[in-house]
Amino acid sequence: MRQELHRFFRAARGAGVHVSPAESIDAMRAVADVGFANRAILRDTLLLTLAKSEDEKQALGNCFDLFFSQPEVKDDTAPEDTAESTAADSNAGDTPSGDAGAPSPELGELAQMLMARDRNAIAAALANAANAASLSDIRYFTQRGIFATRILEALGIARLRDDLDALNATNPSEAERLNAATEALRETVRDTVNQALLLYGREEAENLRHEILRNAPLARLERRQVEQMKALIRAIARRLRERYSKPRKRQRRGHLDTRKTLRRNAAWGGVPFLTSWKRRHRDRPKIVALCDVSGSVAQVSDFFLLLIHSLHEVVDDVRSFAFSGNLIEVSDILDNKPPEEAMREIMSKVGFGSSDYGGSFADFEKGFMASVTPKTTVIVLGDARTNNLDPRADILRTISERAKRLVWLNPEGRMAWGWGDSEMPRYSAFCSVVRQCATAKQLERAVSDIVAAYQ
Amino acid sequence: MNNNLPADSIEAVTRGLASAGYIASQQIATAVYLAERIEKPILVEGPAGVGKTELAKALATWRGLKMIRMQCYEGLDEAKALYEWKYAKQLLYTQILKDKLGEVLGGADTLSAALDKLHDFGDVFFSKEFVEPRPLLQALEQAKGCVLLVDEIDKSDAEFESLLLEILSDYQVSIPELGTVAAVVKPVVILTSNGERDLSDALKRRCLHLHIGFPEQKLEERIVESRVPGISQSLRAQIVGFINQVRALDLKKLPSVSETIDWARVLVLLQSSELDHETVKDTLNVLLKYEADIETTMPQVTSFVAKAGRQGVFG
Repeated sequence: MRQELHRFFRAARGAGVHVSPAESIDAMRAVADVGFANRAILRDTLLLTLAKSEDEKQALGNCFDLFFSQPEVKDDTAPEDTAESTAADSNAGDTPSGDAGAPSPELGELAQMLMARDRNAIAAALANAANAASLSDIRYFTQRGIFATRILEALGIARLRDDLDALNATNPSEAERLNAATEALRETVRDTVNQALLLYGREEAENLRHEILRNAPLARLERRQVEQMKALIRAIARRLRERYSKPRKRQRRGHLDTRKTLRRNAAWGGVPFLTSWKRRHRDRPKIVALCDVSGSVAQVSDFFLLLIHSLHEVVDDVRSFAFSGNLIEVSDILDNKPPEEAMREIMSKVGFGSSDYGGSFADFEKGFMASVTPKTTVIVLGDARTNNLDPRADILRTISERAKRLVWLNPEGRMAWGWGDSEMPRYSAFCSVVRQCATAKQLERAVSDIVAAYQ
Repeated sequence: MNNNLPADSIEAVTRGLASAGYIASQQIATAVYLAERIEKPILVEGPAGVGKTELAKALATWRGLKMIRMQCYEGLDEAKALYEWKYAKQLLYTQILKDKLGEVLGGADTLSAALDKLHDFGDVFFSKEFVEPRPLLQALEQAKGCVLLVDEIDKSDAEFESLLLEILSDYQVSIPELGTVAAVVKPVVILTSNGERDLSDALKRRCLHLHIGFPEQKLEERIVESRVPGISQSLRAQIVGFINQVRALDLKKLPSVSETIDWARVLVLLQSSELDHETVKDTLNVLLKYEADIETTMPQVTSFVAKAGRQGVFG
């Protein structure tokens, strides 16, 4: 049973639950105490000792159900498949199976087992073979073939093939029976491998999918990916919140706060038993975001706004503006409506026009310049394609002079900057940071750096 | 019941907690049982008001142990959680003992001889006498053991968490001047968290992790039964049925068990025997703590009451 538990730990790791050796020892001790008799209690016990968050509990619970509902390779599934097929063809030739009661001694071990239809022996052999092939190391679906082959080899398929050839020559009807049994065995092995993949390979598959999604260009997502991407953005927002939500009070080591120390120690006649040290207080970020929502940049802006507006705990104050031909403030729309609806409304107001950076900057200067203070980080998200209109870089310069930082995020690759109607080189002269921002990964890095600048 | 031995079965834990007025689900009982068996702290997470703190109280009542509560907040530090030197007492003693100085040093002729004599007395001022034990140290010093409740650990700073680690894994604390103080009897430690921030892995690793969510309908009825004695069975079922429907709404703060109990008490006080939508509308503020939530729920009240009424009759 200890073996079984160890395999379960591995399966749990596959399901994304971090099981450290210490935790597995605790789980072992706990299980030794509650025993295996009551499955509900066993499940609770493992959940208590191994899973350390609600998500993990969910994952581990599912994993437990999968693991113990179909005892991995033992009793049920494996022999049943075998038994069914053997039963099916033994109906056809009942008489031969009668003399087959004592299989000819020159047959190999595996062939004898199959001929005798010894369920338990086959199941045990299969379990041993799966162990020998270290089936629990399976990670990707492409490995199914190799693991199936390894298990069959460990079972002794080579000898079985020889037996089959020999039997074909001497006793064709017996050979047919063995053949059918062999096919059934292969199928069982395939099922075993598939289940193992489900148990142990899930995390890798999930990671791979995430990694692909993180690096996919935001502007060219397929419809079904949009939902997944939104979930990913929410996860990113959660991560950023966790990292930055507490304003860190950083101690300035060695700077004594004399006044505070004297006050605190008044009770002891000013003898400084308790010392107070100066602390530096840190501001929370204030952000002004200008987002291009024209054509190709729209989708990136969508995700960017979604991210920035789910950072309430981290960011003190966000004002968002959207523009293509002209510029409007969209903070209220984003704060008061669910994301999809908000984006639709913004799009209907300013979206999908041809972009006019100069005009939009002029709008900003006229209406909202006061929102930029020396504590603000201004973020411009856009491809800087001005359609050959006046870029008004002078306004950007004013913004840059007023703000703490001016960050430009461009969804286009660096190669394209300055080509055609892109005014990126002229704008970038006034920016503190210019970076490409086409994928979720780059988006996370960009926002994380902006927030970290205040820590 | 023998107080010093851990319960011998999970059922015994359930019964024991019930005798202290706490109706535990099987998961909770298993956690308590295991915590005593393998001597590990329990970290309880869950929304506010589902009985996290209550669990510790019930455990203490059942075991007849003292409960030591340590409320966490931002800025909590060693001096408030673990121990502090009694500075004033030390100072006072030095003043008083000044006069004795002459006697102590009486025989010594040279400076080094006087120093040697003084060394013997120096340690007196950093001894147990002058340590002011704070909750964590108190918990270790209890001769009969105790239940140590570290409440709302997520409110404290990350540094405080690290401070707890030594206690949680080894049941001891190190005081630089005195050495290590180990627990006389290992206390049962319960930590609670509302999940305001993620706790460190090191802390989580040392604990059994128990998540208490909203209870199932049956269980909640039993909880109400034990907490609000004078309530009729049908009203109980209706209340719980109603609240379960409210929980399905998208609210800022979902009503939890403590709100259910409060509401049941209010309804008993108002002597209502049936849930009718007038009473519900008047008392909704007991259940929901935000204006916006009340506004969301108000239009649904009539249909919820009707549904809960049907449940009360048939289920």
